[in-house]
Amino acid sequence: MENQDLQLAITEIFPSAIFEEGSEWPTLTIEPDQWLSLAEQIRNQQTLWFDYMFCLTCVDWKTHLTMVYHLSSTKYRHNLVVKAKLDLAKPQIETISHIWRTAEFHEREVYEMFGVNFLHHPDLRLLILPDGWEGKNPLLKNFEDPINMIKL
Amino acid sequence: MLEEIGNNEDGDLVINVGPQHPATHGVLHLVITLNGETIKKVEPHLGYIHRSIEKMCESLTYRQFIYVTSRMDYLSSHINNHACALIIEKGMQIEVPPRAQVIRVLLDELTRIASHELWWGAMAMDLGAFTPFFHAFREREVINDIMEETCGARLTMNYMVPGGVLDDIHPNFIPSVKEFIKLYKRKIDEYAEMVTGNIIFQNRMKNVGILSAEDAISFGCSGPTLRACGVSCDVRKIYPYEIYNQLDFEEVLETSGDSFARYMVRIREMNQSVRIIEQLIDNIPEGEFQAKTKAVIKLPKSEFYQRVETARGEFGIYIVSEGGTTPYRIKFRSPGFSNLSALDHIARGGKIGDLVAMMGTLDLVIPDIDR
Repeated sequence: MENQDLQLAITEIFPSAIFEEGSEWPTLTIEPDQWLSLAEQIRNQQTLWFDYMFCLTCVDWKTHLTMVYHLSSTKYRHNLVVKAKLDLAKPQIETISHIWRTAEFHEREVYEMFGVNFLHHPDLRLLILPDGWEGKNPLLKNFEDPINMIKL
Repeated sequence: MLEEIGNNEDGDLVINVGPQHPATHGVLHLVITLNGETIKKVEPHLGYIHRSIEKMCESLTYRQFIYVTSRMDYLSSHINNHACALIIEKGMQIEVPPRAQVIRVLLDELTRIASHELWWGAMAMDLGAFTPFFHAFREREVINDIMEETCGARLTMNYMVPGGVLDDIHPNFIPSVKEFIKLYKRKIDEYAEMVTGNIIFQNRMKNVGILSAEDAISFGCSGPTLRACGVSCDVRKIYPYEIYNQLDFEEVLETSGDSFARYMVRIREMNQSVRIIEQLIDNIPEGEFQAKTKAVIKLPKSEFYQRVETARGEFGIYIVSEGGTTPYRIKFRSPGFSNLSALDHIARGGKIGDLVAMMGTLDLVIPDIDR
């Protein structure tokens, strides 16, 4: 589907969706509590069929966090970006690791790097950081490490 | 927390493989739960070579961060650099001269062959055949010499820059590549005779580590791992970049999804890379090798995503720009990270002795996974 048709199709199943202007792929922002139902619909609806999640990450905007999900379809080859704004004080969102299993690892990475709590994740533990890691989440903007320099 | 090593309460044996183990090719640490010889669970523990490249890139300029990406998937460093160059060109709307485009594709394909050669040798060694390793390194050495002549480095090339390539190709480049192609065509049959057709080898690979197409897609696998399940996913074909849409080559697909299928995809893919090189080597256009670019690069305030096909699969860069000289946030989507997540799924129910056959054909490069 072309970007415009895709936008229309998603607005049909999800009337409250707001699309960003001027991006390469259709980009929509949703509320965190809407994510699970949207995910199920865009994954399973025959005309959309977003079965491939190729990127899952988070951005720290200092005032809030934004989850960014990049999806594509191996059947139709169209792409979609979904964003969800999270509260910095208590960042949490439903896991979608049962829909796209690649998310299990990616969510664990975001959990340790940004401190986002993925509700109902089957195994939310540290993945890359060493066991017993204390302190802040490394990819947050206010992270400072006096011992291991990460600024050049 | 780490599971206790030894017998757990179900009476299963929990053991460590790695982080220092010859079959994990680097510092990958697997905690494996075994019932007799049967694998019940494989749990990867990462981070032994984590350098926080994403965080580091936030304080590097757009010209500087390319150099760090060579250190991720060091066997595909050209292709990683290529992705960086492409994303900057996309943001700045730079037109790349045709000569640079052809040189880039040539080097990408040489890298792919070199990477697959190394994989082939190392994987045969994992399965107990030591000789192929030396054969593979002999041919790979020729590519490394070509790279050294033109790029000045053998592994971390950093040859692709925004707007083109760093310097023009060495006068010896074209004859050396032609020489290599001649050599390769003689040797590829030798490979087939030595390993691919070997019945012991085939028995160890066939019906081992089977991954269904549906699961592979769900796990986000890409590259040869996904193509071995019969799913078309070659970024060069589907979302073509540079001049790939003008080239004549096939996307290699297998259907059985086992270790042998993944093996065959890579072997056949090398032939396709040679086919691409043959089309281009006599047709490098004259002209500039680099477009004129501003000394200080500032991407407009926006978000960018660029994907390329590395030897291991789909490599993606996601940049959030605030309009400054450094990226606000950068995320590298590494193919190995997603491919590794499927390991637990394919290993369950298999034998511990087959684990190296599964791991070997996933072609894991640990610095690419940890970043």
